[in-house]
Amino acid sequence: MPSREERNIMTETRQQLEEVTIRFAGDSGDGMQLAGTQFTNTAATMGNDLSTLPDYPAEIRAPLGTPNGVSGFQIHFGSVEINTPGDFCDVLVAMNAAALKVNIQWLVKGGAIIANIEGFTDKNLRLAGYTSNPLDDGSLSEYQVFPVDITKLTELALQEMNLSSKLVDRSKNFFALGMMYWMYNLPMETTLHWINEKFGKKPDIRDANTRVLKAGWNYSETAEIFKVRYEVAPAKLTPGHYRNMTGNQASAWGLMVAAKKANLELFLGSYPITPASEILHELSMHKNFGVKTFQAEDEIAGISSAIGASFAGALGTTTTSGPGLALKTEALGLAVMVELPLVVIDVQRGGPSTGLPTKTEQADLLQVVYGRNGEAPIPVIAAATPADCFQAAFESARIAIKYMTPVICLTDGYLGNGSEPWLIPDYEKLPDISPKFRTDPEGFLPYSRDKETLARPWAIPGTPGLEHRIGGLEKKNLAGNIDYSPKNHDLMVHLRAEKVARVANDIPLAEIEGDQQGQVLVVGWGSTYGAIRTAVQRHRSKGNSVSHLHLRYINPMQKNVGELLSRFKTILVPELNMGQLIKILRSNFLVPAIGLNKIMGLPFQAEEIETKIEELLQGNKS
Amino acid sequence: MSALIQEIPVKSVASPSQTFTAKDMQSDQEVRWCPGCGDYSILAQAQRIMPDLGIPKHKIVFVSGIGCSSRFPYYMNTYGFHSIHGRATAIASGVKLTQPDLSVWVVTGDGDGMSIGGNHLIHLLRRNIDVNVLLFNNQIYGLTKGQYSPTSEKGKVTKSTPFGSLDYPFNPIALALGAGATFAARTLDRDQKHLQMTLKRAAAHVGTSFIEIYQNCSVFNDGTFEQFTDKGVKDDNIILLDHGKPLIFGREKDKGIHMNGFTPEVVSLKDGHYSVNDLLVHNENDTTLSFILADMTYHPPLPRPIGVFLSMDRPTYETEMVHQIEASKKKLGDGDIKSLLNSGDTWTIQ
Repeated sequence: MPSREERNIMTETRQQLEEVTIRFAGDSGDGMQLAGTQFTNTAATMGNDLSTLPDYPAEIRAPLGTPNGVSGFQIHFGSVEINTPGDFCDVLVAMNAAALKVNIQWLVKGGAIIANIEGFTDKNLRLAGYTSNPLDDGSLSEYQVFPVDITKLTELALQEMNLSSKLVDRSKNFFALGMMYWMYNLPMETTLHWINEKFGKKPDIRDANTRVLKAGWNYSETAEIFKVRYEVAPAKLTPGHYRNMTGNQASAWGLMVAAKKANLELFLGSYPITPASEILHELSMHKNFGVKTFQAEDEIAGISSAIGASFAGALGTTTTSGPGLALKTEALGLAVMVELPLVVIDVQRGGPSTGLPTKTEQADLLQVVYGRNGEAPIPVIAAATPADCFQAAFESARIAIKYMTPVICLTDGYLGNGSEPWLIPDYEKLPDISPKFRTDPEGFLPYSRDKETLARPWAIPGTPGLEHRIGGLEKKNLAGNIDYSPKNHDLMVHLRAEKVARVANDIPLAEIEGDQQGQVLVVGWGSTYGAIRTAVQRHRSKGNSVSHLHLRYINPMQKNVGELLSRFKTILVPELNMGQLIKILRSNFLVPAIGLNKIMGLPFQAEEIETKIEELLQGNKS
Repeated sequence: MSALIQEIPVKSVASPSQTFTAKDMQSDQEVRWCPGCGDYSILAQAQRIMPDLGIPKHKIVFVSGIGCSSRFPYYMNTYGFHSIHGRATAIASGVKLTQPDLSVWVVTGDGDGMSIGGNHLIHLLRRNIDVNVLLFNNQIYGLTKGQYSPTSEKGKVTKSTPFGSLDYPFNPIALALGAGATFAARTLDRDQKHLQMTLKRAAAHVGTSFIEIYQNCSVFNDGTFEQFTDKGVKDDNIILLDHGKPLIFGREKDKGIHMNGFTPEVVSLKDGHYSVNDLLVHNENDTTLSFILADMTYHPPLPRPIGVFLSMDRPTYETEMVHQIEASKKKLGDGDIKSLLNSGDTWTIQ
């Protein structure tokens, strides 16, 4: 009799893959986010490059079994560079009929469906809107269908444990996860370790999840329903120490590290809002770092308390999403007027109004750049990838402190919830961004300015001899008293504008990826980075003259942006809005840029951008 | 009452070099309220009591919102922040949580504090952050030139209510108590001594102190508090709350407040039916009593209570916040940023 190893070799076909996309889908309560996150952490620890996208409903528990309640998690991992969560998935794990109904559109033709048979009862089918069972009516003939009785197999694995049926039902996500680990030849250790850490004090749950995870693995190995087993080799990432990181966690850590490097106390005044709340949650855990988090009564109190904290010498920060930012608008104007450091992180979501709380969009750009009464310029920075949220938050804090100004850091739901491997930065190599508080009463004027940056002095309460008053009424130049005189107002408006404009002296020049001049330049900002990069790379591999410019600094822009744009025949600006950056580019640089716009609450697929570029290349030829 | 003032614990003591006078409290800015405005008196009393608090002036911060009263910080030679409409309490919260040893004061009005800023006010009160709130109540919108406010009496004829206002007014003290205030008092711009005493009590109270100050708007609502401030009539229309003392009032001290069940009523001490022993005795530590007294506000012939309605101890938000941070440091150790960055599942690419 052959050993297990030998048997595996005998019966299995192993296939090497460069990249794979898997989508876990089920009811909101089925634990699909957890299964996806665990798979992500394991693939990450095995050295794969990856990108993830959770896709969950706004309702916490929509009616069971309905399409409205379907929660999904997509992970794209590979041995090659991975820039997006994948346009389509290769494998769809569907825990019920509704999950299949909602997600079949994302599965490639010929892709695999792992379907939980128990989730396709007559009731499930009716709730999902199927008139016949797709698992056996032939409608899925273009796909490979693997019906598995996950619910029943989970029950069998736990039958001796005398657990409540609720607990048994809740463990079935681990069965699916175990199957996926087997299928992609990934070890269970990372998840077993996590189960131990998480449920060490609840042995029932710990043991149940452990058993079911292993049962899923063993079932796949012995039942021989999958003819092929895959392997994805580690990616060639930059050498270094890595961890997996979501955008919201990266934003939180970026603020913490910035405060530490600034030698300031970190104060977060925030009101819970999807999809930004995780930043508040994360920072609330780190009290032992001296972080002060204040869950305010509303968005306005969130930013107002942060402004108060900055006045008193902390790094005041607030986190929100579009509707919350709208509420903070008046206070942002105050922060412009009183010239105090403030970091506002806007995790954008679909709008207008309440819009699509759990879906992504880039439609706050004009709001953050222009949406205030009066001439109220604010530096705006945009993060490009989940891990990049760390650098974007850090850079926002650096500028806020150095220039004594509010700074808005734009991320979005896709970045905030998405994750990717993060090359852990060397703390020592990050710059010191500590401010010099004014302490000398000699010649103190609250609105005198630094010659280089035009920043006013930061003189905090508690400093003897520097008692002074600030406020939202127009300030007299230098003295800071109320002054409504025409010339003074004109001067102050120009000084505030010039101060923000001078940030451009303090940031690196923009760099183009690809040819430095040529046919098509794709200009993006924010979370479209991965999709644009993939689309541009595909064209470049075909020898097409296509390049990519991704703007981190929206206001002020880097000094060479106009010149870079002038080197290309065609400029394409893909955005998840009706065309907002493009308006700024056109007005600043008078370029005939072309927009590619998508407002579906979903990120771009690389293919969509690829196709548009192709169209433009053809147009340039004719 | 003077005995109570002397019992005030001093929160921080200035070194001799940090002492200052009322005159030092005046900033270099010209005061620009209308002639006869009640704000002048409040400013003067505030400047007068500050040196007595034992707090150096660089440790004092005045925060305000928008409205006539909110110009106040410009005239105090301390740190000051004249902010935006209704948000002073939220900004002051951030100041106090960042530097808990500062003496933080909020100056607001009936519009700023109870209309646009009502939400922040009630949340400050329930959190009990150690901030002193001076709510100048003139029952009118002055800076916008004379519209009715949330404390204007119902039926008020103003520019925006030519046929009389329909809104029932807020009772600021009841609002504060309902929000969980630990200190609530009412005083008058015209009564310098009482105003000074109340300001000192507020400064001494550890936790949010809420003071409603009846303030005359000489331009848009002149004389609205005359019945409580004018010599000839005030004694019959107000009752001074004095801790541990029976509630007696009237020009001849011949009337008192007697509890009929849960309802306070005015009784005569002259006709032989009631004596001082039958009267309600004020206890400013009694929350239930504070609600009853607050409810006497818009119910004539009950006199308008003036004084400290409630003063009770409850831990402040900032103290507990600091404790939580200390406890967390004790349990987990001082946060080490490098360990944090390298925490969780990590791996190395060679």
